[in-house]
Amino acid sequence: MTEASNENKEIGATSEFVTVHIDGQLFGLPIEQVEDVFMPDAITEVPLSNPQVAGVLNLRGRIVTAIDMRKRLGLPPRSDGGTPMAVGIEHQQESYGLIIDRVGEVLRLGRRTFEKNPANLDVRWSSISAGVHRLDGQLLVLLDVERILDITGEKSNAA
Amino acid sequence: MDDLLSEFLTETAESLDVVDVELVKFEQEPTNSGILDNIFRLVHTIKGTCGFLGLPRLEALAHSAETLMGKYRDGATPTSEGVSLILDTIDRLKEILEQLEQEGSEPEGVDQDLIQQLDAMSALAMKAMNGESVEEPAEAEAPASQELERELKPGEVSLDDLEAAFQNAPGPDDFGAGAPSVDEAPAAVVEPEPPVPAEVPAAVKAPAAKPAAAQKDDAKPKEGGAVKAQTIRVNVETLEQLMTMVSELVLTRNQLLEMVRRLDDSEFKVPLQRLSNVTAELQEGVMKTRMQPIGNAWQKLPRIIRDLSKELDKKINLEMIGAETELDRQVLEQIKDPLTHMVRNSADHGLETTEGRIAAGKSEEGNVTLSAYHEGGHIIIKIADDGQGLPTDKIKAKVIANGIATEAELEEMSENQIHKLIFHAGLSTAEKVTNVSGRGVGMDVVRTNIELIGGTVDLTSVAGEGSTFIIKIPLTLAIVSALIVEASGQKFAIPQLAVLELVKSNANAEHRIEMINDSPVLRLRNKLLPVISMSKLLGNDPVAKILEEGDDGTAAAAAATDQNVFVVVVQVGGQTFGIVVDAVFHTEEIVVKPMSSMLREITMFSGNTILGDGSVILIVDPNGIAQAVAKDHGGAQDSNHVDAAEAADLIGNEEKTALLVFKSGSEDLKAVPLSLVTRLEEVDVANIERSNNRDLVQYRGKLMPLIYIDDHLTHKDEGLQPILVFADETHSMGLVVDEIVDIVEDRLTIEISSEKDGIVGSAVIKGKATEVIDVGYYLPKAFDDWLEKRDIPNPVQRELKLLLVDDSAFFRNLLSPLLASAGYRVTMVESATEALQLKDKGEVFDVIVSDIEMPEMDGITFAGVLKGDNQWGETPIIALSSHTNPEVIARGRAAGFRDYVAKFDREGLIESIRECKPVSENEAAA
Repeated sequence: MTEASNENKEIGATSEFVTVHIDGQLFGLPIEQVEDVFMPDAITEVPLSNPQVAGVLNLRGRIVTAIDMRKRLGLPPRSDGGTPMAVGIEHQQESYGLIIDRVGEVLRLGRRTFEKNPANLDVRWSSISAGVHRLDGQLLVLLDVERILDITGEKSNAA
Repeated sequence: MDDLLSEFLTETAESLDVVDVELVKFEQEPTNSGILDNIFRLVHTIKGTCGFLGLPRLEALAHSAETLMGKYRDGATPTSEGVSLILDTIDRLKEILEQLEQEGSEPEGVDQDLIQQLDAMSALAMKAMNGESVEEPAEAEAPASQELERELKPGEVSLDDLEAAFQNAPGPDDFGAGAPSVDEAPAAVVEPEPPVPAEVPAAVKAPAAKPAAAQKDDAKPKEGGAVKAQTIRVNVETLEQLMTMVSELVLTRNQLLEMVRRLDDSEFKVPLQRLSNVTAELQEGVMKTRMQPIGNAWQKLPRIIRDLSKELDKKINLEMIGAETELDRQVLEQIKDPLTHMVRNSADHGLETTEGRIAAGKSEEGNVTLSAYHEGGHIIIKIADDGQGLPTDKIKAKVIANGIATEAELEEMSENQIHKLIFHAGLSTAEKVTNVSGRGVGMDVVRTNIELIGGTVDLTSVAGEGSTFIIKIPLTLAIVSALIVEASGQKFAIPQLAVLELVKSNANAEHRIEMINDSPVLRLRNKLLPVISMSKLLGNDPVAKILEEGDDGTAAAAAATDQNVFVVVVQVGGQTFGIVVDAVFHTEEIVVKPMSSMLREITMFSGNTILGDGSVILIVDPNGIAQAVAKDHGGAQDSNHVDAAEAADLIGNEEKTALLVFKSGSEDLKAVPLSLVTRLEEVDVANIERSNNRDLVQYRGKLMPLIYIDDHLTHKDEGLQPILVFADETHSMGLVVDEIVDIVEDRLTIEISSEKDGIVGSAVIKGKATEVIDVGYYLPKAFDDWLEKRDIPNPVQRELKLLLVDDSAFFRNLLSPLLASAGYRVTMVESATEALQLKDKGEVFDVIVSDIEMPEMDGITFAGVLKGDNQWGETPIIALSSHTNPEVIARGRAAGFRDYVAKFDREGLIESIRECKPVSENEAAA
């Protein structure tokens, strides 16, 4: 299903992606799904929630549910002490923030460089990835927003 | 087409509701042409719109109904059958509309039955009129009836022309004949009706008419019409969004205010103040848009009552007071069904049959009164009937049959307590299940629904005079006042509505947390309150771990509560419990925002909000916590409903209490504070006499009533019967026991009992679970009767007014019957503060009896305050205390206490009060 939607995006030759860095890896998010980029501040933890949910925060008067992408991807907590950033996403009239290490740039990518998820990709990655783009010198993992936000359904995997 | 249809559905549903109400009015006032015109107009519009949209069934029905209405408008005398028939038609219309809404198309079906009846009725009405136009064909559109009472405006067509247009277009008759050709053309030409106000245009638009203003009916509203003041219909979503925006604005304003507050002198101050005021007004204004008169929820009731009246053959008058009282539309939606149910109940079960009423000497017509008014941040809705009152005996029988309580337990309940059992699940007392109520959906559902929106429901009922149900609900759910607390270093909001009080607790304070088998409890005003640690609920609490894992419960608890903690006492439904938090800040008006769907499964939180400082805070859901408490305590709290909590006033002395342990009725150990027992006696059962349905024994030259722990118990058949004698100087009662086991001295730590009245609770006494008897409960059983007798031989000159100040409900309840039986009019207050409030109100007492150890203001301070007072300064005040330490006594005397009595020394107390009497008498005389 995701592939289908992805294909639609790719058919028109190129699509734009916002790139982000998490633990040294480059990821891409479809630009039309990214609302804004912000510095997550004063996150209120939500006890009893899935650990992948970092908490809730106030973004210009909206309550945003922040998701710790490192936990979502099964990565270790950040150790370089850098300022975390977040990508704001609107999904079904609710606001979410994906907490990442660093925001990159906006890339225009074509179908030519696209590949499906390699079969040996960790399930925690493949479950939220829509595929991979081969870039010069590095690989960009496409993130599927819908599946990232499908946290409750994956609770068993979470721990 | 979809938009058109949904617009039509909304509007028609509204119109039909109005028609419903108006028809009932019309039936009562057949001569009021204003009402009739209004109904006619509405039905006509429905018919017209249906025609445009190609809805043949609806149109045909509306048409026939309209024809009949037309006859009435032309002067035929409306009959009850006629009105019923039209109401039936309206119902059918509603049914079709409902299916239309679900399926998007008109359902299959034939309405010939109704149409024929309607047509026949029309013909009848016509004949009855004057026969002038009898020969008019049945399907004729009754042109005579279709005159507008005003000039036509541009863009409008006369009704006759319109009828002609209908005739040319495929009309109802064509459809009736089964012609399938639904002509979409007119619908395509005509613009959808604009979302005009709730009032319906007086005239149907002509097919070619332009929409909007030109058609808007501004003809003068008819008397009694449903035409309202200028209103526009706004999408609810828009309002919600507006509300959200305003909430944001409020929050931003709060943030700004907080920033400016930190600056000593800022040029922003004045404009910000202005912004603040404007924001507040805006908020209020937007809140108002969400408010709707409660009358909207009552709209269907006149019709329901009317139908009921017919169906049950009762004459019922429904009076509605305060229909304009406004409340949030969200709350309104939720209260609608419970209200309807309750009104039905009142009319069906509450009111007697007409014969019944006449036999009872009441007016033939039963009254159901529905009233609403604001009180504080709440709206109070009362549903009162002047019927037979709740059938206590039937409720009792049902309660026993359903195993909700035993007969003995019921015996011990007050009538009101028994009545309240109708809110218990699975209790419908309707003898026969009528069409109207008693279909298994009982008052418990009503209660649940009301509690769901943070409301409460209560009732009073007097046999033969009627019942009143009182519902109390919050005005709005969107903005709530919340208490901001901290636990595990994080702030949370607890809705103020659920909060009863706050208690500070630490190991050395009067209120400390103790453990009963790993369950933490708090002593609060001599009651035990189950508490649960907020941090523990949130799954991260070292303190809770100590509490849980400690081998020695109390020691661990003491260690754990070495520092101050706060207990937020909350009530959810009938359950009261404490939430332990680390700190309590302030209360704040918060705008409730729903949790993200990702987090909604966490039942502990009902939402989140942004505080003035910009941080996000989670709103605790007391219901969620209540569930957790129940789970945490192994369900023990489940059965802990209100009555039990009320009855279970607990003793909680610091020092050891001598207890008399005995058995009665069962092998279970029971205990009573020894100091309450006057004597232990053994009487020969041969001397027990039965008189006036109670057992008596001659005791010291007088008759003494014998009381049993349970009413079904009786004394031994032969030999000596041990009894505990409770007595004051003039009368005594004997509590029959099977065996006196022991007298022990132990500290009383009582766990709440949910089982029955008359039992204070269970305590572990010398290692055994023992029920502690509430003597205060049994005394009135004997003394009530005695009081009546006493009045005659003991002519007290004047009833002396006594003020009893004690924070323990147990002692208040225990002492008040004693004092009352000694001839005092007793006023009881919980605290010195309350007593001082009475003083400020100008109340005067002859004597004051006050506890020493009380929270807030203790007895010594209280006496000190009174000493210098010109109002109460001379009133003798007697101290009650469990301490008999001479030093404390000396301090008490210095503070102004006239006398000092130990808490359990009743004779001493009476004696002491008596000594004060002459003084008070003198005062009264002076």
